[in-house]
Amino acid sequence: MKKLTAPKIDRCIGCHSCSLACARLVHKQISWDTAGIRIKSSGGLTTGFKANHCLACDPAPCADACPTGAFSHRKGGGVIVKKKLCITCGDCVAACPIDAISQDFSGAVYVCIHCGRCVDFCPHNCLELEDIPMDKDSRKEVTA
Amino acid sequence: MIRDHFRILVVNLSSGKGQIVHLDGRNTEVGGSGLAALLFQKYGLPEQSWDDPAQPVIFAIGPLTGYFPLMSKTVCSFKSPYHNQYTESHAGGRSALSLCFSNLDALVVVGKSERLCCLSVSSRSLDIKDIDFMRGMDVDETGKLLRGMSKGSGHRTILRIGPAGENGAAMSCINVDTYRHFGRLGGGAALGAKNLKGIIIHGDAIFTMPDNKQYNKLFAEVYKQVTATDMMKKYHNLGTPANLQGLNDIKSLPWRNLQATSDPAIDQINGERFATDTLLRNSACSGCPVGCIHVAYIREMFTENHRYTFKQVAYDYEMIFSLGTMLGVTDTTSVLNILDEMEKAGLDAMSGGVALAWATEATEKGLISAKETVVTLTFGDSDSYQQATEMLGGCSNDFYRLLGQGSLKAAEEYGGKDFACVLGQEMAGYATGEVFFAAQSLGFRHSHLDSGGYSYDQKHSDQDIGGVTDFLINDEAGRAFMTSMVSCLFARGVYTNELLGDCLSSVGYPELATNIDPLGKHIQKLRWQTRVASGFSPDAITIPKRFFKIKTWKGAIDPVYLNNLKKAYGEAIMTLAGNNHD
Repeated sequence: MKKLTAPKIDRCIGCHSCSLACARLVHKQISWDTAGIRIKSSGGLTTGFKANHCLACDPAPCADACPTGAFSHRKGGGVIVKKKLCITCGDCVAACPIDAISQDFSGAVYVCIHCGRCVDFCPHNCLELEDIPMDKDSRKEVTA
Repeated sequence: MIRDHFRILVVNLSSGKGQIVHLDGRNTEVGGSGLAALLFQKYGLPEQSWDDPAQPVIFAIGPLTGYFPLMSKTVCSFKSPYHNQYTESHAGGRSALSLCFSNLDALVVVGKSERLCCLSVSSRSLDIKDIDFMRGMDVDETGKLLRGMSKGSGHRTILRIGPAGENGAAMSCINVDTYRHFGRLGGGAALGAKNLKGIIIHGDAIFTMPDNKQYNKLFAEVYKQVTATDMMKKYHNLGTPANLQGLNDIKSLPWRNLQATSDPAIDQINGERFATDTLLRNSACSGCPVGCIHVAYIREMFTENHRYTFKQVAYDYEMIFSLGTMLGVTDTTSVLNILDEMEKAGLDAMSGGVALAWATEATEKGLISAKETVVTLTFGDSDSYQQATEMLGGCSNDFYRLLGQGSLKAAEEYGGKDFACVLGQEMAGYATGEVFFAAQSLGFRHSHLDSGGYSYDQKHSDQDIGGVTDFLINDEAGRAFMTSMVSCLFARGVYTNELLGDCLSSVGYPELATNIDPLGKHIQKLRWQTRVASGFSPDAITIPKRFFKIKTWKGAIDPVYLNNLKKAYGEAIMTLAGNNHD
């Protein structure tokens, strides 16, 4: 199981190449918003950048909040998204504690699915797709 | 936002209302520079003063903005307070993608607000807020307040002006997202004349990706070229300041108001020194993975017991020239401190520095004194320059008000025209020779980026008036197409005509793809026609004597060659614009 992380986000230059890649390659759109990773300045441009993306909570509160099963728990953390089941209620957006899910004007929601397609488009290697070591009989991540 | 026409938002600050306008011309005026000229012809008043409330300030992007790397710039066009003629200024930051994701090809602002205001737009909103309480506020503080008053963090651009723009200084800039600027020729005053302190553009629109398998493949190829090869390395390594040492070595770097073109003290403020001693981090314009913005830090103890202030200032070659070598200031912290004052005042740091250099030499020669300048200006005295910068932006007395209109305006009053380093506007930092002096004097933006004149000088020592004129005209046409995309000109080595054609085809502009050269020429002509209609005459521009007195690697400037070259280039421009009746 893979998980997107941003271990070197302090190197971020704010080019938005990751967001644009996610929108383009995952969602077939040209946009800043329709992406599972979105870059914001961290309290103004003079203080650097932060990446808003799913941290793969386990269990994921957004999946618990989803009333139709469009979001379901992914083994190891994060969610599996079934767009066809989404009724655009936005309950997942409200449930996410870190503002990792965005919702467009039509109500469609966008969350990181940990596919890693953004990683190659970061010029400073801020992003990584990590393996989550799995316990055989549990969806829990093995901790040291 | 791929469409066969332009979608424009025209906002009238007098009425407080906006209008969406659909305009033909995608396959002829393209976008960016071409679109801006088209819009000025539609909304501009070429014969009226720059500060007529009806004059437009135009922000335009291109057909590839948001779709390919480094298509990250915006063209701002307006009637300049500097020369009262049509002009353009270019900037990046988040401005281009914000406009793109506001579903606009251009934003046009006309009219004048009764009180100081801020305009906010997005793909679904338009709002004009009274912010009269910000009158006189510096650029830094204005940015902080506007950030807190608006939504869309990370996905918006915040344009704002400082005291210089509010006070009508012809060398005032429009600050873009703290570290970028529509710097030259007085865009700040163009907004100030409208009582428009800030513009916030929140890019919240979503477009379907081009339905073309080639698009993603091509994007990846371009991305690889700009990140994985050495082609762009010079821009993200030391950045443009790397040129300081090189130009000093070939006796082409202006020092102390161009009284010299080389100085051993360059090793105190060259690109290596800035990077080693002051560089804090790099930053990027949205949509550009190169990250050429070099942000330096200044740490200063402001009281005893180790109480510090900490400031971040973005530097480039041009500012180190204008506030360093041109002012004889040879330590990095001092250069950055003056630059920080320029930023806060909302001044074009290039023009501001060159103007203060003229004032310093005028002081040396006894033409002016502390009676005018309040603080005595001496080459190398950065404390005085910091204070003078605040007064220049604040137009704090008759002298500074006049100097803010341009060095030559002040020289007309106080004397010293011979040593005003003005080539159409305050010079860029290239004392490379006759070709550049003629090229900047008559260039469309009076910018070193209008054409490659400074580069030509460094490669040729022969005198070929016909060849140089052809080079300048042809080179400008190619750049006119690039600035209609609107590409960062740093990418001109990557985006060959072939690659641009492929990119345009892949997103659905096949007609543009197959007509790049003729369209570049058409836009070049359109821009010059617009400029000429607003009063441009090459004969009205003279090159001050200082430029005839210097030595470069080629030896002493040849005055006959320089004058003849300028005359020939001027005639070529007027012929191109269809206005040469000789």
